[in-house]
Amino acid sequence: MVIGAGWAGARSMTATAGPGISLMAEFAGLAYYVEVPGVIWDIQRVGPSTGLPTRTSQGDIVSTAFLSHGDTKNIMLIPCSVEECFTMATEAFNLAEQFQTLVFVMSDLDLGMNNWMSDPFPYPTTPIKRGKVLSKEDLDRLGGFARYKDVDGDGIGYRTLPGTEHPAAAYFARGSGHNEKAQYSERADDFENNMERLNRKFETARSFVPRPEITKGNNAKIGIIGYGTSHWGITESRDQLRAEYAIETDYLRLRAYPFTREVHDFVEQHEHVYVVEQNRDAQMLSLLKLDVKPELTPRLRSIAHITGLPLDARSITDELTSMEGK
Amino acid sequence: MGTTTVEPGSATPGPKTNRIGLTVIDYKGGKTTLCAGCGHNAISERIIEAMFEMGVEPEFVIKPSGIGCSSKTPAYFLTRSHSFNAVHGRMPSVATGALLANRKLICIGVSGDGDTASIGIGQFVHLMRRNLPIIYLIEDHGVYGLTKGQFSATADLGSKLKTGVVNDLPPIDTCALAIQLGATLVGRSFSGDKRQLSAMLKAAIAHKGTVMLDVVSPCVTFNDHEGSTKSYKYVKEHEETLQDVSFVPHFEDINVEYDPGSTIQVTMHDGSRLHLRKLEEDYDPTNKVRALTRLTEAHEKGEVLTGLFYVNPEAPNFIDMLNVVDQPLATLPDSMTRPPKEVLEACMEELR
Repeated sequence: MVIGAGWAGARSMTATAGPGISLMAEFAGLAYYVEVPGVIWDIQRVGPSTGLPTRTSQGDIVSTAFLSHGDTKNIMLIPCSVEECFTMATEAFNLAEQFQTLVFVMSDLDLGMNNWMSDPFPYPTTPIKRGKVLSKEDLDRLGGFARYKDVDGDGIGYRTLPGTEHPAAAYFARGSGHNEKAQYSERADDFENNMERLNRKFETARSFVPRPEITKGNNAKIGIIGYGTSHWGITESRDQLRAEYAIETDYLRLRAYPFTREVHDFVEQHEHVYVVEQNRDAQMLSLLKLDVKPELTPRLRSIAHITGLPLDARSITDELTSMEGK
Repeated sequence: MGTTTVEPGSATPGPKTNRIGLTVIDYKGGKTTLCAGCGHNAISERIIEAMFEMGVEPEFVIKPSGIGCSSKTPAYFLTRSHSFNAVHGRMPSVATGALLANRKLICIGVSGDGDTASIGIGQFVHLMRRNLPIIYLIEDHGVYGLTKGQFSATADLGSKLKTGVVNDLPPIDTCALAIQLGATLVGRSFSGDKRQLSAMLKAAIAHKGTVMLDVVSPCVTFNDHEGSTKSYKYVKEHEETLQDVSFVPHFEDINVEYDPGSTIQVTMHDGSRLHLRKLEEDYDPTNKVRALTRLTEAHEKGEVLTGLFYVNPEAPNFIDMLNVVDQPLATLPDSMTRPPKEVLEACMEELR
């Protein structure tokens, strides 16, 4: 329903959890390939399968990043507080329409279903961005359009909405192979060009997604990368590390995937980078390994916890100091 | 059945135009890639005619579909309308989202027997109970044409495949299901019955609620042989027609003389009229129980029952129930979609 509404030009979203994400994987691929905007809120809980449905985790990171078959890639935003859920909602809708794709907001059960204190939400100042949509007047001027043509070099084509009163407005939205004009095509060059353009679009997104939040320690050689609700445990753990072990840390809180420039720089600037997360398989660390220069990957170390309970500071402190030989 | 033809005022006769000045060419689609003789091609032709004759603006039509032979057909009619070839069996959710986003759109959703009655049955039943304004068309082969002709869930008990395999399971009657669940215009037709299908499609366009039309459409490659119950021959021999259906659009000033004893007149939401000349004396298409009984009898007798089984032009539709604004949501100004700062502050105060 979200995809149908997004196709027809409405801002649409739904909220779900891991099982819903799995169930709708095929639709996610459709939205990626047809290029339909929409926002999906994932209140991550403990999997696999039904798992611990009343407990919290950050276990859907890898599966959502590549949700659906074929070469599908998705934008993810990651809030750490109730206030950030509010502010990121504006960003999520803007990005979805600018990039004509699904944006997944990776909340978790602790954040999505428990009571939190929050400062009052700030009134949004960013304009509402509706992306590249051609009106009847645009079509009068242009005479026609090619839905999947990379006119501006950013990988993002121009779309029209059903109900646009121009005989050349309609195109055929399809999950099957298509050329620039949205016509069915099995030609190798059409397929390859389109997939390359989609990749270009994803690369463009790197410069537009929310930037990470970086907190510097005092001349720190150790970096910590965390995201979402792990933020609160990490913040307290950094105090413990300083007070109890005299370990200074810099901290980068990821707020989006694909990773922005700052993330690469951060890894480059630290001898050890601890990636803190609430899952078994070090999922965000895996995504980082795919992204950073190969020679930097040995710097990445994992602090991954999955107990179903919100991540506490002591667990992080103990694991980090143990790996640092303290 | 009169067609609306407005001759232009000039002396040179041009192609026939409809009430909005378009010719039938404006409603055409691409060249079909289906098998020659496929019932689906005939259905596409009837859709083109019906849309032309009703004077529908093609720019306001959307034609979502699922996956399968049937779901390819939106490429073969109404090139000037937006299509969405979605995922298998889940066109209803895409259509629902689009119609909620823009209530001005006229939706003809194309599905098949596999797309509806197997993978899509979950979405189908929920669509039917909402009375969403949509024309839901099943192009019903009784077999999976894209995967070499296995039985679908609408295949009749005892029907035989080319390979000799006999179907041991009862069919899902999509019409009975639709009536029971809340669709408000339900009928079955045959791709080879031009007149009936055309009248039913025009009634479907005039209706403001869920239309469910199951159109038996022989698959010439996998299901048109001796022993099949969905072959051209079988349907012609076993077709029982409930009524003689004719349709008078609201914009045609035609007074049809009819005898209330032998004909039922149904006035549609837009003022169009359906004339149903009774071939079965006591059949009342506004009576759900009667409709379901008659469909059950048809299965018992081995009839291919066609006609308009059920109609209720007055039932509230989903869009009205939800009080959706008239304006397409995409065009709502920021002043409506982003309330002023004071509103947010008042919300925040309430949570203190």
